[in-house]
Amino acid sequence: MNCRSEVLEVSVEGRQVEEAMLAVLHTVLLHRSTGKFHYKKEGTYSIGTVGTQDVDCDFIDFTYVRVSSDELDRALRKVVGEFKDALRNSGGDGLGQMSLEFYQKKKSRWPFSDECIPWEVWTVKVHVVALATEQERQICREKVGEKLCEKVINIVEVMNRHEYLPKMPMQSEVDNVFDTGLRDVQPYLYKISFQITDALGTSVTTTMRRLIKDTLAL
Amino acid sequence: METDINSQDRKDLDKFIKFFALKFNLAIKDIPEVTHEAKKALAGQLPAIGRSMCVEISLKTSEGDSMELEIWCLEMNEKCDKEIKISYTVYNRLSLLLKSLLAITRVTPAYRLSRKQGHEYVILYRIYFGEVQLNGLGEGFQTVRVGTVGTPMGTITLSCAYRINLAFMSTRQFERTPPIMGIIIDHFVDRPYPSSSPMHPCNYRTTGEDTGVTYPSVEDSQEVCTTSFSTSPPSQCVFTVTKAHFQTPTPVVTDTLRVPMAGLAFSHQLSSSRLSYQPAALGVGSADLAYPVVFAAGLNTTHPHQLMVPGKEGGVPLAPNQPAHGAQADQERLATYTPSDGAHCAATPSSEDTETVSNSSEGRASPHDVLETIFARKVGAFVNKPINQVTLTSLDIPFAMFAPKNLELEDADPMVNPPDSPDTESPLQGSLHSDGSSGGSSGNTHDDFVMIDFKPAFSKDDILPMDLGTFYREFQNPPQLSSLSIDIGAQSMAEDLDSLPEKLAVHEKNVREFDAFVETLQ
Repeated sequence: MNCRSEVLEVSVEGRQVEEAMLAVLHTVLLHRSTGKFHYKKEGTYSIGTVGTQDVDCDFIDFTYVRVSSDELDRALRKVVGEFKDALRNSGGDGLGQMSLEFYQKKKSRWPFSDECIPWEVWTVKVHVVALATEQERQICREKVGEKLCEKVINIVEVMNRHEYLPKMPMQSEVDNVFDTGLRDVQPYLYKISFQITDALGTSVTTTMRRLIKDTLAL
Repeated sequence: METDINSQDRKDLDKFIKFFALKFNLAIKDIPEVTHEAKKALAGQLPAIGRSMCVEISLKTSEGDSMELEIWCLEMNEKCDKEIKISYTVYNRLSLLLKSLLAITRVTPAYRLSRKQGHEYVILYRIYFGEVQLNGLGEGFQTVRVGTVGTPMGTITLSCAYRINLAFMSTRQFERTPPIMGIIIDHFVDRPYPSSSPMHPCNYRTTGEDTGVTYPSVEDSQEVCTTSFSTSPPSQCVFTVTKAHFQTPTPVVTDTLRVPMAGLAFSHQLSSSRLSYQPAALGVGSADLAYPVVFAAGLNTTHPHQLMVPGKEGGVPLAPNQPAHGAQADQERLATYTPSDGAHCAATPSSEDTETVSNSSEGRASPHDVLETIFARKVGAFVNKPINQVTLTSLDIPFAMFAPKNLELEDADPMVNPPDSPDTESPLQGSLHSDGSSGGSSGNTHDDFVMIDFKPAFSKDDILPMDLGTFYREFQNPPQLSSLSIDIGAQSMAEDLDSLPEKLAVHEKNVREFDAFVETLQ
């Protein structure tokens, strides 16, 4: 099974980075979350309801829909905040990307740890621009809003292709497929990472870190 | 259609589709009216092949113009997916489709319009079954396929076609803040469409204020006018554009004049005050002819900051109704008379000012009387009269002679050249170049002088009816108050003068009473 990969690119102003990333991540997670499963005795389960809410962006003329889970929102905001800080501190061209990866856990026998097999990866590439005048900023607000509208449409199109999705698990295996740690929503297992690309277009630090981590994990 | 679907599955499928049409596994708050309408439209049926369920979103303005914005369409076609599991896969896919629907609804242009609905327009919806009608969406509409779900009975497709071309109403119009005037909105309209179901408002999110606000019209805009006057400091220009806008201030103005009680001076005062009350149409300038160059000189030296580029319009602020209360309140007049005034005054321009001429000559009659009034003028922004072409003789606006004197003041004034009107030149420039401004025709002393390029201060683009600019235009030529007409004025003045000695005599007789009265006050 191949992991499908989708790449989205946005050009935003510095202060729009956070909202743009949250918009994309939340839209994806809206589609990749369900209500909490409540398993019953006969091996059936019922699904709880998921609330949604609108989020208006302050720096972009855009509104997106997210699941009404503050826990999830906080988790995303935390990692997006780290990304934003890394972007800002990197200097350079302001190029970076975030990856939202949905994976399944596959239990391995001891001493090997569980394998994480991604089945869908969303990559959002960000290019930060600096604007000089208020008029440009205003235009940027609108333009970025329109761009994000297009991104949402793209995301929806991909989602509705109904390609591979993990099978609904038995109760014992639900943690291999879903993140059951949240109280009010149950997204597929996911992880978010980011990279800052330097001028050469190669991401140095995080790649190294990842290599080392992966090696040690084996 | 033949299917292998068993009855339980079929029941489930029908149930799911029905729920999808209404609501589906998502904690979406039902708006009872919408549910009711949807159920009514469904009427126990489901979308089937050739029978799509359509939700039409349209916009209706306060004037009754309407425009379709979006059509959401839930269709069923023949392509079956027999292998699919209904209770599981179809359910999940329909659920996903609904989430996609939510996401897409925030992305279409109509969403932003719907967030701003209120006074100017409302968003209406209509649910109908049958063939989808895309004609009303204008040219170049875009379609988004939200998603498809295959079922053993057919493939359900949800799509949205939305209008791109919002041309007949400028989108800017909908991005404004609510106008000053409220508008009565008629929500329910029967549309002559095939399934002629009534339109319903989508304004559940509105603040719920005055959808039924009546037309406050004039008062509000007048308040705007006056506010801009009274609150703006003397050094700021206030809107006025043409002399046509000049409306005579009420006699309150005289209160601000310090007038020596000498008889002649008094009469002079009267004359000046009356003169200043000339409506613009008559050529107010004549009134100010009585205050010739000395005015300018005095003012320039003593109150350079207070004197705004006056002459271009009525120096007296033109709030149509409450003119210069606010403005005048902080103004005083400074005028000194010299015999030379006569010469100037003689050069009275307008043909219509014969009366004023006579009055100004009256004023001239007391050249040695000094009217001590300190005058600080406000002049409107966006003045379009060419300054350097303005002459005393040619302009019928008061204090016309001040016009050429204060170019630099106005140029630098942020009120005159507000930064937020990018397409508005400095009124100075506009007037100097006489660009498309009817004010450019300096020396025109027509009564029905019409400003073409009028852009009053603090007003936004006037697409709306009855905005500031329109208001001015409408009220710029009011008829003269009969009590202020010169004839009557002259006559009554003469009478006043005649009766003065008698009055004085009477007062002298009652001196003791007056004194006693004064004692009681102390």
